[in-house]
Amino acid sequence: MSNEAILHEHQTGTHDAGHAHEHHHHETFITKYVFSQDHKMIAKQFLITGIVWAIIGGLFSVLFRLQLGYPESTFPWLEDFLGHWAKGGKLDPEFYYSLVTMHGTVLVFFVLTAGLSGTFSNFLIPLQVGARDMASPFLNMLSYWFFFAASIVMFASLFVQTGPASGGWTIYPPLSALGEASDGSKIGLDLWLVSMSLFIINALLGGLNYITTVLNLRTKGMSMTRMPLTMWAFFFTAVLGVLSFPVLLSGCILLLFDRNLGTSFYLSDIVINGKILPNEGGSPILFQHLFWFLGHPEVYIIILPAMGIASEVMSINSRKPIFGYMAMVGSLFAITALAFVVWAHHMFVTGLNPFLGSFFVLLTLLIAVPSAIKVFNWLTTLWRGNIRFSPGMLFAIGFVSLFISGGLTGVFLGNSALDIHLHDTYFIIAHFHIVMGVAGMFGMFAGLYHWYPKMYGRYMNNTLAYIHFWVTMIGSYLIFWPMHYEGLAGMPRRYYDFSNWESFKMFGGLNQFISFVSIIVFAAQLLFVFNFFYSIFKGRKVTTLNPWGAASLEWSTPIRPGHGNWPGEIPEVHRWAYDYGKDGRDFIPQTEPVGEDESKH
Amino acid sequence: MELVMTEQRKKIHPHKFTLWVAIGSITMMFAGLTSAYIIKRNQPNWLEFDLPVIFWYSTAAIVSSSITIWLAVRAFRQGEMAKYRKMLIVTFVLGIVFVSLQVLGFIQLWNQGITLTRNVSVSFLYPIVGLHAIHVIGGVIALLIMFLKAFSRKQKTYSAVPVEMMSTYWHFVDLLWIYLLFFLLMIR
Repeated sequence: MSNEAILHEHQTGTHDAGHAHEHHHHETFITKYVFSQDHKMIAKQFLITGIVWAIIGGLFSVLFRLQLGYPESTFPWLEDFLGHWAKGGKLDPEFYYSLVTMHGTVLVFFVLTAGLSGTFSNFLIPLQVGARDMASPFLNMLSYWFFFAASIVMFASLFVQTGPASGGWTIYPPLSALGEASDGSKIGLDLWLVSMSLFIINALLGGLNYITTVLNLRTKGMSMTRMPLTMWAFFFTAVLGVLSFPVLLSGCILLLFDRNLGTSFYLSDIVINGKILPNEGGSPILFQHLFWFLGHPEVYIIILPAMGIASEVMSINSRKPIFGYMAMVGSLFAITALAFVVWAHHMFVTGLNPFLGSFFVLLTLLIAVPSAIKVFNWLTTLWRGNIRFSPGMLFAIGFVSLFISGGLTGVFLGNSALDIHLHDTYFIIAHFHIVMGVAGMFGMFAGLYHWYPKMYGRYMNNTLAYIHFWVTMIGSYLIFWPMHYEGLAGMPRRYYDFSNWESFKMFGGLNQFISFVSIIVFAAQLLFVFNFFYSIFKGRKVTTLNPWGAASLEWSTPIRPGHGNWPGEIPEVHRWAYDYGKDGRDFIPQTEPVGEDESKH
Repeated sequence: MELVMTEQRKKIHPHKFTLWVAIGSITMMFAGLTSAYIIKRNQPNWLEFDLPVIFWYSTAAIVSSSITIWLAVRAFRQGEMAKYRKMLIVTFVLGIVFVSLQVLGFIQLWNQGITLTRNVSVSFLYPIVGLHAIHVIGGVIALLIMFLKAFSRKQKTYSAVPVEMMSTYWHFVDLLWIYLLFFLLMIR
């Protein structure tokens, strides 16, 4: 079946397939904006839901940073805002844990998975491979609504009497398996598990579509090696998701059994408040294996799309072909393959056999090789480029900077011997926030500033964008750099108050500084949110088809493409997506046939 | 355009491909569960028990349903719609029979005292076999929709794709059950 037929399969109409895409379907508000099957609208739905979650998740971090930075102070306004969670203007310790847990869950899954790969895979895959829509627009719509349902359940869990889940975003049993263990392990955790199950279905439905569309619906001439690197990155991201999320689902189902049906998959020999529980024979380590079999690929699910976006934005704004295209693809593949065999490096201190651990050390450190290849290729793409410092480009360069400094600390943590000291300290917080959290956000910002004109037909305000970039860039380092020192000194994560702790009370001033900067950085993100929504309605209008002078296919569509993307036939592709500065020309679009006297690549 | 069409005809249909990726994904879920089971098997305090005999009958039911859906696809391709509908309904009934037999098997286990919370080795049986049954029920619902569509007068053009996808999925849940059965028999 052809591309055309896929798109129109679900629409009963009297027209024949030949001129179907020129025919304007009668669209109501509901079919256009709510239950839309257009990949571009679904992408925007993911994006805006993701932005809402990012504000909530970011606000949580500001709240718990207030406690960490100013443990002696009280903030009476917090009580008005949070009620019994902040009696007398001081965060309740139980609620502090909930905030930490929800901050992690929301940012990792709802913002950096659904918001990043949900937005850009949906938006860019059909546009850049030359397809009318996803392989199954209906499943795609379903994917968003599962995400929406997951969001509703997770949001609802914030308002239950005993509070949301509070065992950390990794929800390790036995704490998470027993309602008696803590308030957050009561109904809040059941809601967490239900929400995550819905989220996993969303990720799977989305991933199926992304893989199939990339492999099966490329336009004529678009061979795999002519695809932009974004496509490769999203493809591998989807492969990771489709193979690892089901395992987390298994783990969650077993946990639900333990919580509600009295089984003991993860429980054995437990005493709570002097009461001996009957559970016997289970092992909490089993959950860690199942969790991290997803959990580790998950960090690549976050970072691969950011890598793809950075590569694309960087090449376009350096006016140079991406350096080492095949090496970039190869290293993406290597990272994907290695992602499945390193999960136990999260478990070095669980009593894992040290001999087994040494294999995981080796495999973990091997990831440094493809990562370094990518970094060198980005730097050599910038090298002697004709760089345009657009906001998207700044964020792409910032991404590389963060990926280098965060990646280097990964080499420390990957060594099982060093990990004994660094495990569960602020060092690990600093590492994963820089290399995954902030770098992932930077990839997202780079993509948003770059493709905003294609999404909304308008530009975002550049001045606000530059302020946003510099505050975020400098602020991120000011927040997370000092945490390395705290972590090397042994300061553990997840603690509520360090002021009474002789070893770490000397960091009081530093913690205050970190909290102060994080409030400023959060405010800068609100500036971005304002810029984003304001520009949708009032931004400067795009007047040319190809504002950045990019070679890839999405810029050959109309300024505001309709459902079906191209008004006529889908253009044929004759070359790769990186012909910049070739044969004396600024750029050559992918749709232009290779000339007689043109040099081949 | 002509060229594009022929080129795309050689490729596998995107929806079919999606199904294959989904099958890979479902396989990973059961791989997760069965590897967890193997890890637990090597720990002390493992309870050995026999699978109920009913599971053999249910196996017979699902294997024969695989044959009937194969016959249904063949009849569809040859345009024998009456036979297609008949085979579809037989497959549908066999699917329901399979799920009912699984439930009966568990009732029998439960009555023998091998309940959900008795021992971890037994506990595993319930989610593993239960999740498989849920996947079969999903297939049964799809069969029902397909059966109702086969009687619909509105549809004029017939594409073999949905029928072929249905049969691929059905063979998959069949094979998955055979794998699980042998897995549970061998490693206990």
